[in-house]
Amino acid sequence: MTSITPINPVEPFLRTERMPHIWCPGCGIGTSVNSFARALTEANMDLKNVAIVSGIGCTGRVAGYMKLDSFHTTHGRAIPFATGLKLANPKLNVVVYSGDGDLFAIGGNHLIHAARRNVDIKVVCVNNLIYAMTGGQTAPTTPGAVVTSTNPYGTYDPSFNLPYLVEAAGAVYVARWTAFHVRQLARSMQEMFKKKGFSFIEVISPCPTLYQRRNKMGDGLDTMKFYKEVSKIKNGAPTSEVALSKAGEIVVGKFVDREREDYRDLMHDRLTEVLGDQYVEAEACECSI
Amino acid sequence: MHADPAGVMTGSHFLDGDHACCEGALAAGARFSSGYPITPSTEVVERFSARVPTVGGTFIQMEDELAASITLQGAVWGGAKAFTVTSGPGFSLMMEHIGLAVMTETPCVFVNVQRGGPSTGLPTLPAQGDMMQVRWGSHGDYEIIALCPNSPQESFDLTIKAFNLSEKYRVPVFVMLDEVVGHMTEKVVIPPADQIEVEPRRYTTIPPGEFLAYQPKDDLVPDMPRTGEGYNVHVTGLTHDERGYPDMTPAQQDKLVKRLVDKIRKNADKIILYEEDQVEGADVVVVSYGITSRVAQRAIDLAREKGVKVGKFRLITAWPFPEKKIAEIASKVKALVVAELNLGQMVREVERAVAGKAVVRFVGHAGGSVHRPEDILQAIMEVAR
Repeated sequence: MTSITPINPVEPFLRTERMPHIWCPGCGIGTSVNSFARALTEANMDLKNVAIVSGIGCTGRVAGYMKLDSFHTTHGRAIPFATGLKLANPKLNVVVYSGDGDLFAIGGNHLIHAARRNVDIKVVCVNNLIYAMTGGQTAPTTPGAVVTSTNPYGTYDPSFNLPYLVEAAGAVYVARWTAFHVRQLARSMQEMFKKKGFSFIEVISPCPTLYQRRNKMGDGLDTMKFYKEVSKIKNGAPTSEVALSKAGEIVVGKFVDREREDYRDLMHDRLTEVLGDQYVEAEACECSI
Repeated sequence: MHADPAGVMTGSHFLDGDHACCEGALAAGARFSSGYPITPSTEVVERFSARVPTVGGTFIQMEDELAASITLQGAVWGGAKAFTVTSGPGFSLMMEHIGLAVMTETPCVFVNVQRGGPSTGLPTLPAQGDMMQVRWGSHGDYEIIALCPNSPQESFDLTIKAFNLSEKYRVPVFVMLDEVVGHMTEKVVIPPADQIEVEPRRYTTIPPGEFLAYQPKDDLVPDMPRTGEGYNVHVTGLTHDERGYPDMTPAQQDKLVKRLVDKIRKNADKIILYEEDQVEGADVVVVSYGITSRVAQRAIDLAREKGVKVGKFRLITAWPFPEKKIAEIASKVKALVVAELNLGQMVREVERAVAGKAVVRFVGHAGGSVHRPEDILQAIMEVAR
């Protein structure tokens, strides 16, 4: 008698010896990782050359669970680490996978400058609208009138509209999905892998433990129903019109898909023009010695 | 292994300490630098940005020192030898990433051309006020290596040494210049590439699947995996086990942090460098480093003319500190005079090593100018009585 063990198609991408993971039931981070793994398969990526870089926070733990070359760096600085990794070793496909607080508060400056330079890195931002790992504090993405542990009477800080900010800073690809849109998200990730230049996907994700519960918005399943109900797919929507609110419409889709020379091409063109034969373009900044 | 001739500007040159440091980095094999402008260190990366495109490498000017100090670590894991350069306020911003480099055992070099502090302080004037910060500035327990050049020639030589030590021990190594050494111009002799020893990266030969990323060798240092070769390396600033996976137990914390500290402490005798002159038979020994050692030399010469038996002891590695050597000197002399451009930093280490066996006299001020030789001379004469 032979036993059949069904294999989860995502399993080969995970460091299964590290399971169980730290994420709460109903959290959207694992869902996004599922889409990411499927996108890697469907895009036929050479996994040896995919490197993943995270900052700190719940999403910052993604790097530690993926069976890839993975770097769990400091709070807010995944993007500059990824910049160095990519520039020194251009054959790598470098993905930054981190949270909204990590990428847009403490790391906001690095994000806008990497987008400005158009460094060829792909950024997945899981936006749960809150600082989750530290216990549910206000983030720069928390919409108004939301109860957090540092705004117990409700938030009043205006929040960032991430796609608008990232487009303005120069990203060549900008999309947003929710944790409900697993197939669309995986397709967007595949598209992103093919882009050359600074690319950005926002994944709106529940934090049932700290956001939904405190704000009496139900559990993980209720949040999926909520996303399904309020999401409107508007590909090409002007990013100025996709800001989030606590209970209003969530505009999702691909907002920006454009071409700009990436940082290495810009460097190559300029140095070739000025230095001519004297310019030595290295395949990689390897220490040959 | 010898230097790659492409980066070596063999010949006799007239260079300032900052430019000599850049040439040292290129000779050592550095092909990546991420920097942020700050006086009086900027000349190092200005030169690197002009030179490196002609030898096959990259300079990127980052948005701040937080970025500069981690971009280079990304480049190291991408395969490059890399460094960054800064001064006072920028060095303060880099502290968290010094801890990251220690914890992840990322070989890299930080150059700090010291200026007067605290805060914005004296941007264009010298100090040696970051000597404790370089040792203790990041949080937690750790050990690093810090080198103190006292001339443009040594700025070149010790920058190569810094890269070599960082590769050998997988630890961030610091070149602690000061504004005067950084901006003084002197003759610098750059030897042919085949006379420059360069430490190769300790890449593992164990294939992916069998390799444990943080399993130490006999010298307590683990070999490195290459990124992009299927090792599925995991690198984290969290306390981790030999696989590189987070392990938040007190036992693993103790095991890992002790090893990170011990790989420097137990190899300290191999790392420590100093210069001594007429220490044997001396009544007084002057301890100094960096630019202050040049001024101290004048004071020592004047004291010898007056018949005092004065020895010179110059720290080349400030960290690890040569405590055994200082203790040995303390048991044979009346007094040690410690001269440094601060209000008392390395003198505390000297006092700790001397442990009451000799008089320790400190000569220093808060920076902005080098010492007057007479001040050091006066201290020598007082303790020699």
